[in-house]
Amino acid sequence: MLSEKDLELQKHLLEAYPYVTERPGSADHASVDVPADKALEFARALRDVEGFAAIQECCGCDWGVDASPRFSAIWHLYNYDKHLYVRMNVYAPDNAKPEVPSMCPIWAGANWHEREAYDLVGVRFAGHPDLRRIMMWDAYPYHPLRKDFPLAGVEVPFPDADTVAQTGVKVMPAPQNGGPFVSGCGHTLRTSEPFGRDQEWRENNRKG
Amino acid sequence: MSSTNTEVGYNSKIEGGVVVTKLDAALNWIRSHSVWPMPMGLACCAIEFMSASCSRFDISRFGMEVTRFSPRQADCMIVAGTVTYKMAEAVRRIYDQMAEPKWVVAMGACASSGGMFRSYSTLQGVDRIIPVDVYISGCPTRPEALFDGLMALQEMIAKEPALRLLKRERPVKPLYFS
Ligand code: SF4
Repeated sequence: MLSEKDLELQKHLLEAYPYVTERPGSADHASVDVPADKALEFARALRDVEGFAAIQECCGCDWGVDASPRFSAIWHLYNYDKHLYVRMNVYAPDNAKPEVPSMCPIWAGANWHEREAYDLVGVRFAGHPDLRRIMMWDAYPYHPLRKDFPLAGVEVPFPDADTVAQTGVKVMPAPQNGGPFVSGCGHTLRTSEPFGRDQEWRENNRKG
Repeated sequence: MSSTNTEVGYNSKIEGGVVVTKLDAALNWIRSHSVWPMPMGLACCAIEFMSASCSRFDISRFGMEVTRFSPRQADCMIVAGTVTYKMAEAVRRIYDQMAEPKWVVAMGACASSGGMFRSYSTLQGVDRIIPVDVYISGCPTRPEALFDGLMALQEMIAKEPALRLLKRERPVKPLYFS
């Protein structure tokens, strides 16, 4: 539920910045959609006029293989004086080469968050001072948190040539053994414990 | 390992104090009781290693408390934690920097087999890049289990043909997974 303060902020933002649209369904804080070409302008106003001095996080999102627009980047910003959050969502206009403006010029703290979003989801941030991978190694060819990437991974060369020369190791898809394991939200431990999606491998499941 | 042999006597005054043993056994006895571990702490299991090395569990009771954080000064690498592909390169390099004789302990499910991280980023067991001598189960491994594993390692060391290996014939240990 949005509190009164949040609702008030949301209303104010929608009125003061006409290019901004409401993001329906937010369960906690004021939440807005901003077109990519206005994002920097809006962000600057958020910081300088509305007092959102702190960036809390930035994440990339893949809304599904068939969704269009497919990718967006989401920033969470905080106002120290009024104790308010706002969530800013920017859809990338191009599905094939998703790109949104970087918020590093406004909040320097966005730097590593945006690198992570770029690394794992593959949203590029235009104007980022140092857009390199941060989690996976530099030569990794995929963006593993995209919806069409398998959890187990795919076979690619191991990043270090020395290690390969000595051991012949490869980056291999991980064995799933009945996974991925998910926890249900049952009431007893028995039903909420993690269980494998695929139960075929169990001994007591005789294969036909 | 030893026996007091009263027949070896070149000086009757110290006769009873002479101990006869094999050089191998003596070397191994020394080695196995002065294991200098290097914690390759990569994730939560490393926290358990810390508790194992502190006063409550006290790893020094078993003669392996001289934890060194430099591979040059250590002879037992304890891989404690999740080995990602990105980190695997560093683990192998550090292993290569350790002087022989050296041993490797895979501490916990992650280091032994990838553990619960069956995903694109995690090496499925550190034995794919370095030869592991002892695997310890647990997520995380309890300190008692770690000691059990390290004592198993001590037993292994005690059985090594130390002299033969000293003469630089030490074979490159095979990878158990390849
Ligand atoms: S085995 Fe468990 S406790 Fe140990 S590093 Fe892996 S996840 Fe952490």
